[in-house]
Amino acid sequence: MDRDRRALTLGGVATVGVPVAFLAVFFAWPLLAILERSLVSDGKLDLPFDVLTRRSTLDVAWFTLWQATASTALTLVAALPLAWALARFSFRGRALVEALVLVPFVLPTVVVATAFLALLPDGAERTVWAILLAHVFFNVAVVVRVVGAFWAGLDPRLDDAAATLGATPVQRHLRVTAPLLAPALASAASIVFLFCFTSFGVIVVLGGIRYATLEVEIYNQAARLFDLRAAAALALLQLAAVGATVLVSGRLERRLGGAASRRGPAPRPIGRDRIRVGLAVGCSLALLALPPLALVLRSLEVGDGYGLDHYASLLDETPALLVVPWHALLNSLLFAGAATAIALVVGILAAVAVARGRRGLDALLMLPLGASAVMLGFGFLLAFDDPWDLRTSAAIVPIVQALVAIPFVVRSLVPALRALEVRLAEAAAVLGASPWQVRREVELPLLARPLAVAAGLAFAVALGEFGATVFVARADRPTVPVAIFRFLGRPGADNVGTAMALSVALMVMVTAVALASERSLVGRGSR
Amino acid sequence: MTIRCKGLLALLAILGALGAAGCSGSEGGEAPTDVVLLTHDSFAISKQVKAAFEEESGLTLRILQGGDANEMLNRALLTAGDPQADVIFGIDDSVLSRALAGDLLDEYASDELEQVDPEYDEADDHVTPIDHGEVCLNVDRAWFAGRGVPPPSTLESLTEPRYRNLLVVENPATSSPGLAFLLATVDRFGEDGWEAYWRALRANGVLAVDGWEEAYTQQFSGAAGSPGKRPIVVSYATSPAAEVIFSSKPLETAPTAAIEDGCYRQVEYAGVLRGAANEGGARALIDFMLSERFQADVPGSMFVYPVRAGVALPEAFVEHAIVPEDPLQLPADDIDENRDRWVARWTEIVVR
Repeated sequence: MDRDRRALTLGGVATVGVPVAFLAVFFAWPLLAILERSLVSDGKLDLPFDVLTRRSTLDVAWFTLWQATASTALTLVAALPLAWALARFSFRGRALVEALVLVPFVLPTVVVATAFLALLPDGAERTVWAILLAHVFFNVAVVVRVVGAFWAGLDPRLDDAAATLGATPVQRHLRVTAPLLAPALASAASIVFLFCFTSFGVIVVLGGIRYATLEVEIYNQAARLFDLRAAAALALLQLAAVGATVLVSGRLERRLGGAASRRGPAPRPIGRDRIRVGLAVGCSLALLALPPLALVLRSLEVGDGYGLDHYASLLDETPALLVVPWHALLNSLLFAGAATAIALVVGILAAVAVARGRRGLDALLMLPLGASAVMLGFGFLLAFDDPWDLRTSAAIVPIVQALVAIPFVVRSLVPALRALEVRLAEAAAVLGASPWQVRREVELPLLARPLAVAAGLAFAVALGEFGATVFVARADRPTVPVAIFRFLGRPGADNVGTAMALSVALMVMVTAVALASERSLVGRGSR
Repeated sequence: MTIRCKGLLALLAILGALGAAGCSGSEGGEAPTDVVLLTHDSFAISKQVKAAFEEESGLTLRILQGGDANEMLNRALLTAGDPQADVIFGIDDSVLSRALAGDLLDEYASDELEQVDPEYDEADDHVTPIDHGEVCLNVDRAWFAGRGVPPPSTLESLTEPRYRNLLVVENPATSSPGLAFLLATVDRFGEDGWEAYWRALRANGVLAVDGWEEAYTQQFSGAAGSPGKRPIVVSYATSPAAEVIFSSKPLETAPTAAIEDGCYRQVEYAGVLRGAANEGGARALIDFMLSERFQADVPGSMFVYPVRAGVALPEAFVEHAIVPEDPLQLPADDIDENRDRWVARWTEIVVR
């Protein structure tokens, strides 16, 4: 008994301490450094309230808010049918579909925007609709994965019981499933909202000059106009908005509670469900596949015909990069792998702490999603000069990527950790299982699926991260998104073609890794 | 709720160690045997040329790219006196005054400066000219040939009705060629006339987008693979040569052409950053950037022209690109004093 309590305290310290220390060093410190530089002059704090009350600031803030809200609502509507189909049924190719859903998520925004520009009809290009559509495309993966993992854990017998009692499908969805799903829904929605709220690449490319989110405006003020005071004001506003969102969604999640249960093996769809599943998967895939297909086609276009020339040129020297293009693939794998490892270590510790009731930690870890990439990048330049000049070190890349990947690990795991039934562990203990056996034989298998989801998401986020990576990556170690950006910045069909080939390679990479991680972990867990 | 996590912890300790190994494996020992160059995203250097510098100097050249010229400069200004790099390259006339005012650079006069065409060496002892590039109107030749309309030959002609809705330009607030084109119109039409010219352009349907990538690869019809529909774009004097060199199939003639009139010249400078960790290496690098070897590499890798006199241009540039005879150019001080006002006025006239 005594030993157990001591271990728990030690574990408690680690689960809270490691994530907090990581955040303090790699997030709070650089952020404070740039804020100090921006807001303190002659030793006096110069608070930029005047910037916040400017008309232009209010306009930007309002646009940021409403487009993020609209994007989130549309994403939920678009993603739930697919989440349902994937969570409740097993069918051939399900693992592949789950992996494919991740693809949009890792594509660099420049590439997707290019694909959208090619697909959208004339006149729809520079509208709010183009922005909303692109946001939905990007974020469907978040909802499908976060909600899907939770949904799969719901006990289908509740639904069956309601059906037996005469509830219609609509009633069952609204009164049985929706309340049970609510925590996962709130969790996914808050992530999507944050992503759209801080959207940058999509807005710049698809919105043109007319539309600006806070993140875009911070970039303008800091990187282009070098008005650090205004940039700091806007960055603080954005951070505050993000903090508020996280708190509200956390409240919501808690109030809604999490009554989840284990699942039996997912059945194959029969009868009408066959058609529904087919429709949900078919329609979603068709929508999600269009932009990537456009990319594949463009990567194969050579002059007036088709060929593999652009793929062959991945092996050739180019003036666009200091390295042979395929090295970027290796760099990306290495960096994203390291970032996933960091994110899992920090994220799992944090998730355990959050599931035990340290909810403040969850809110803290979400903050990097709301911090402006350019301000954080500037902060890195100021904070990490001495004694080890991390500013030009390659190690900084996975750290930056892990910062944005950690929230995904935490969010994927917490609902599952909370749903772990104490009774199961107790039953196992009563039957004579040691604590270690309980963990290995009971809890780990139940966590295998969410863990796979977490690892896959973290890897995807790290692979696709661009805004901060481009700031810290050295030219001799470009990641794939950075390389794509370099190629797109040069004239000539070959450069565009190589960028498209790299995008396709990135897509294949993330699909393969997502498939593999799910196979291995889930495979082991179900045995 | 008792979640026991030692098992997970063990698993993660292993993963973490792997990750740490991955990071440290990619990080060599940081000896003072390298020189760091901070430059813009358009910087490029041939592998052989880079290797030649490293062999001659015994230093490893490390390169950091920090956005466009303006963003790169801001990044350097943020760390003035405690720089991330030793040399900065890519400062052009439009940001030169800010670089000098920011107390960013140490003075340096390379011996190689004697070889530089005096036309380009007028700026200041803190900076060394390395290359020059011209921002010019580019046209889609097939588009005009197919319609029997002659391409525009002067800045003035762009306001004619037959060129309605055909021009795409970049926002001078966010794009360096965009700013150059605005400066070209200020130089040509003067303080009194440039605003009226832009009003006429707007009335004639000019499209302004944020950056060169979008203007050239998305909106301009002449770029290979572009979905664009506008046959006139603000780009560079060398862009037609780039279309030929990077074409998927061999081309006899360039699909696009640069227009001689209205070209604006930008000279790009390098400088030794104040507080550089390797000052000697920084000077050696600047000397090397003025050497015959580097200067001859400049057109092929960065699509700009060398400042060193008597350096031969690659064939594609002689055949398809132009070196404008008498380009427009404003004094750096003039630009610095008025840029913000001009850009603000431009925004009111063209965007609002």
